[in-house]
Amino acid sequence: MVDERFEPKIVAFLCNWCSYRAADLAGTARIKYEPNVRMIRVMCSGRVDPTFVLKAFALGADGVMIAGCHPGECHYLEQNYKAMRRFNMLKHTLKAMGVEEGRIRLQWASAAEGVQLASAINEMVDQVRELGPLNWAQNWHEDGEVEAAIQRIEEEHAEVMEVPA
Amino acid sequence: MRYGYYPGCSLSGLARPYDMSTKAIAEPLGIQLEEVEDWNCCGATEYFAVNKMAAYALVGRNLANAAQQKSFTDLVAPCSACYVNLRKTDHNMGKYPKLAQKVNKALEAGDLSYDPGTLQVRHLIDIIVNDIGYDAIREKVKEPLKGLRIAPYYGCLIVRPELGEPLDDPEYPMSLDLLMEALGAQVVDFPLKAHCCGGHMTQISSDTAYELIRRLLHNAAEYDADAIVTLCPICQLNLDAYQSNINRHFGTDFKIPILFFTQMIGLALGMPPKSLGIGKEFVSAAAMLRKIGTEPELEAAPTGKKQDDKSLPMPGKREG
Amino acid sequence: MSEKVGVYICHCGSNIAGVVDVEDVAKFAGEQIENVAVSRDYKFMCSSLGQELIEEDIRKEGLTRVVVAACSPHLHEKTFRRACANAGLNPYLCHMTSIREQVSWVIEDKAVATEKAKAMVAAAVKRVELHEELEPSEVPVNPNTLVVGGGITGIQAAIELADAGYPVYLVEREPSIGGHMAQFDKTFPTLDCAACILTPKMSDVGSHPNIHLLSYSEVEDISGYVGNFHVRIRKKARYVDEEACTGCGICIEKCPKKVVDDVFEAGMGYRKSIYRPFPQAVPNWPVIDTESCTYFERGKCKACEIFCPTEAIDFEQQDSYIDIDVGNVILATGYDLFDARKVPQYGYGRLANVFTSLEFERMCNASGPTEGKIVLRDGITEPKSVAIIHCVGSRDENHNPYCSSICCMSALKFGHLVMEKTDAEVTSFYIDVRTSQKGYEEFYNRLLEEGMHFVRGKAAEITDAARQPGEEGKLIVQAEDTLLGKQRRVPVDMVILMSALEPKADAKDVGLQFGISCSMEGWFTERHPKLDPVATMTDGIFVAGVAQGPKDIPASVAQGAAAAARVQGMITAGTVEIEPIVATIHEEICSGCKICNNLCPFNAIEFLEDKEVSYVNAALCKGCGTCVAACPAQAISGAHFNNDQIFAEIGGILYDAIGGNGAKAPAKSKEPAPA
Repeated sequence: MVDERFEPKIVAFLCNWCSYRAADLAGTARIKYEPNVRMIRVMCSGRVDPTFVLKAFALGADGVMIAGCHPGECHYLEQNYKAMRRFNMLKHTLKAMGVEEGRIRLQWASAAEGVQLASAINEMVDQVRELGPLNWAQNWHEDGEVEAAIQRIEEEHAEVMEVPA
Repeated sequence: MRYGYYPGCSLSGLARPYDMSTKAIAEPLGIQLEEVEDWNCCGATEYFAVNKMAAYALVGRNLANAAQQKSFTDLVAPCSACYVNLRKTDHNMGKYPKLAQKVNKALEAGDLSYDPGTLQVRHLIDIIVNDIGYDAIREKVKEPLKGLRIAPYYGCLIVRPELGEPLDDPEYPMSLDLLMEALGAQVVDFPLKAHCCGGHMTQISSDTAYELIRRLLHNAAEYDADAIVTLCPICQLNLDAYQSNINRHFGTDFKIPILFFTQMIGLALGMPPKSLGIGKEFVSAAAMLRKIGTEPELEAAPTGKKQDDKSLPMPGKREG
Repeated sequence: MSEKVGVYICHCGSNIAGVVDVEDVAKFAGEQIENVAVSRDYKFMCSSLGQELIEEDIRKEGLTRVVVAACSPHLHEKTFRRACANAGLNPYLCHMTSIREQVSWVIEDKAVATEKAKAMVAAAVKRVELHEELEPSEVPVNPNTLVVGGGITGIQAAIELADAGYPVYLVEREPSIGGHMAQFDKTFPTLDCAACILTPKMSDVGSHPNIHLLSYSEVEDISGYVGNFHVRIRKKARYVDEEACTGCGICIEKCPKKVVDDVFEAGMGYRKSIYRPFPQAVPNWPVIDTESCTYFERGKCKACEIFCPTEAIDFEQQDSYIDIDVGNVILATGYDLFDARKVPQYGYGRLANVFTSLEFERMCNASGPTEGKIVLRDGITEPKSVAIIHCVGSRDENHNPYCSSICCMSALKFGHLVMEKTDAEVTSFYIDVRTSQKGYEEFYNRLLEEGMHFVRGKAAEITDAARQPGEEGKLIVQAEDTLLGKQRRVPVDMVILMSALEPKADAKDVGLQFGISCSMEGWFTERHPKLDPVATMTDGIFVAGVAQGPKDIPASVAQGAAAAARVQGMITAGTVEIEPIVATIHEEICSGCKICNNLCPFNAIEFLEDKEVSYVNAALCKGCGTCVAACPAQAISGAHFNNDQIFAEIGGILYDAIGGNGAKAPAKSKEPAPA
């Protein structure tokens, strides 16, 4: 019988300038890393709306990585600091929702750090594998109201984020 | 401020003046020292070379005892070797969990244990310059050490940086220089300030040790130092007790008193020399004391540059 | 109406097809993803035949969207966008996904790789369906150029542009242009005199009809965007009327106050309170240093005013501001020298006869404080032995990890000058001797022939504490000779420290001001380290010279000229395309909370007081999307990366986890591996 170990699905948001290039470099250098990670390019780690992370979890991701340029090296000067702040709040929120801290990771990777990005991915995959499946998606699916549930999250999120006039 | 106090063997033996003067200046500087109960030897510089595990356990016992007292978080060691050993043990137990495990296993025999990081191990000079501060000391000075030319000697132990943040610049420390300046003394440039005094080499290979000691004395004499001020009992012992041996061995004529920085602070605070343990040293400090007792000679005021002076300006010294 | 998507899976020879079952992926896309009209795999999509395949399908099959699964978009996104445009499809309706760098090159298991490729293709299709047609906008380019920094790099750039007929504003912080090169005596490896080659260029700048030289000035503020920058320059008060001054220099002669010159003479010589840095200064109007001037200190003296034949002295002068419009900016702000006091064991500042490289340059210079004589700090004694210490503050993890690149050659030059002008023995203490440019290795060989000594080992300490006979009164360099495997003590009369080149103290602030980034150390970051060395990530801002990283004079000049050429290209084109990846604010949704206003580092968001909403200036926006993510009302949309597109992409990429596109039944509670 084949090994039935759990293979988590991890969605990674990579900034266009450093981290996506680090992924390019990992490829060019033929550095093998865990295939469980699937990457989405954004222009800057500052673009990562917390909703993206929630959406990924809601659609079945077991972990989410946000990767950006090192502090002080942001292509947009300082937007990765904003990502960092947002990340801390998000981690807090997710904890309140029962999502373990190990399922989300903020990783700095410069365009020269293919090796570092790959090993961070490996580390995270191991960690999430340890934590087991998140199964958020299934919870809603059993209700048969996946889309509605997701829609609700977004609405609630928008409501929560709304600043009173 | 309240600190744990680990005097170590030296301060209860050969370096009793260091202990006396430390205790004497503690009160006026607002330092409360609480001695670690039932402390034992730190193993000095040798034991770690003989049996590492036993040495760590030996030091670990002191840390465990100190931590038990709970009335302080900072543990002060005036002796450089004690300071390094205590700090090294605390640091390495934190860094290598296996070591901490083994040390604690050994300590179990005496119903003790130590959790690394509980105590902050600090050298006496560290709390005086950083917790009390130069300015506060300057304000307390009653009898400035005006006119005294002092060579500040740090020795090789306390500035070595392997245990986290170094206490001072490892190559060219300045804290003792600035402290002596705050006391009103004139600090001479002492290039060998962080070089080795030979340590216990005097017992093993006196030729090696004598050469190292001679260099230090020679360098201080070259700068016309009235005294070498140190913060380590071994340094004090080597430079003081072996000075006459050096003179015999090399045919030199050094007469430089070697004092502890705490004694200098005491003098500047106006305490009687005897209460600071001054008078117990082999090379008499009498001439130096007379110098602060009498009106110090004024240096000739700097005259303007002469017309034909071709000398180039010196770059300023680094601040701080 | 649903879109017709064309999916193209590239084999990249065997690079992709060797690991990914490309036919299976193409089949999957064609059969299982909605709205895919055409799905093909092809050997080399980027070849002209591959591109034609896409173009033909767009024309014949009426594709409205294109997905290319191949290499990284950083490589070929432009290629495929162009192919789409050729066939009449808006280029932004094409999307690339990287199944080479992210799949075939990093995964060994074929089945797993194929599954990941499928997910990525699904994500790309879901995303591309929501793409919008975008048009890059075009703006005119102002033919004026601002060059910041009047060292040799800035001078070269300014002259190149001015000679080509374009107006240049050259801003220099110091009273004169010339930079560090003006302080040097000789230049390696040819040993031609620095002043002889530099001063003609300086006077060219001073007299060129196309160059507006603004010395003793600094950039106060810059706004605008590529082709259209508005710059405010602060002209510091010189207290000398430039119109009236003839540069005769009588004021300098009569000034009674003499101070150490820390800038031009590197602290080795003196200047007056009213001064020009050096006789050949351009411009040659003097400046009053208010910090040392007796009049500014005590309210009387005015010797300069009394003796000035043209009444040019003006104690009431104030800083003035000049506003200019330029199309491009070249930053050539140079470097600072590492403060050797930070290596206290070398004794600089404490031991009189330890000199820095810049001090020694001034000493060698015939117009310097010693008129070119090499002497000890007493100003008279010629040294009999000199040690040169390499890598002071460079290649040192306590200070700067990088190699300062020029010091080895400068050290060789110094060795030559010492031996030429004195009878001294010269010993160099080096880690490695790096002489990699044209004629450099030959120069090294020449010095070996001339008898310069080389000790391979980093000096541990420089001390005046004598230990052995022959050391008294000398400076002793202690070092491990790593070739002999022995400690050595070399007594010398003089030591020269080859201090590292460091970014200007305010480089990071300047970077922020001009909207470009710096490396960890503070060197300006170029757009691409190999293929785009003088452009930056901010369009219209170019960097050149040492400000971008340590380099020697030939390389600096080459970069200055390269930056000028790039600017000329921009000016000649006349207009510049601006990427349409920008944020827009929907006025009807915006509540005017202003949260986004302070988030933008490019000041692209302004608040419209009349409408009480925020507004993004598309020309300033760089498209990072931070404001989009931050807007609590989701009133901001980031073109090409809007929420819907990214949500669709997330859905696609997790298609096998849950019914993102209905391609597969949702998995059971125990999710099997993608393989």
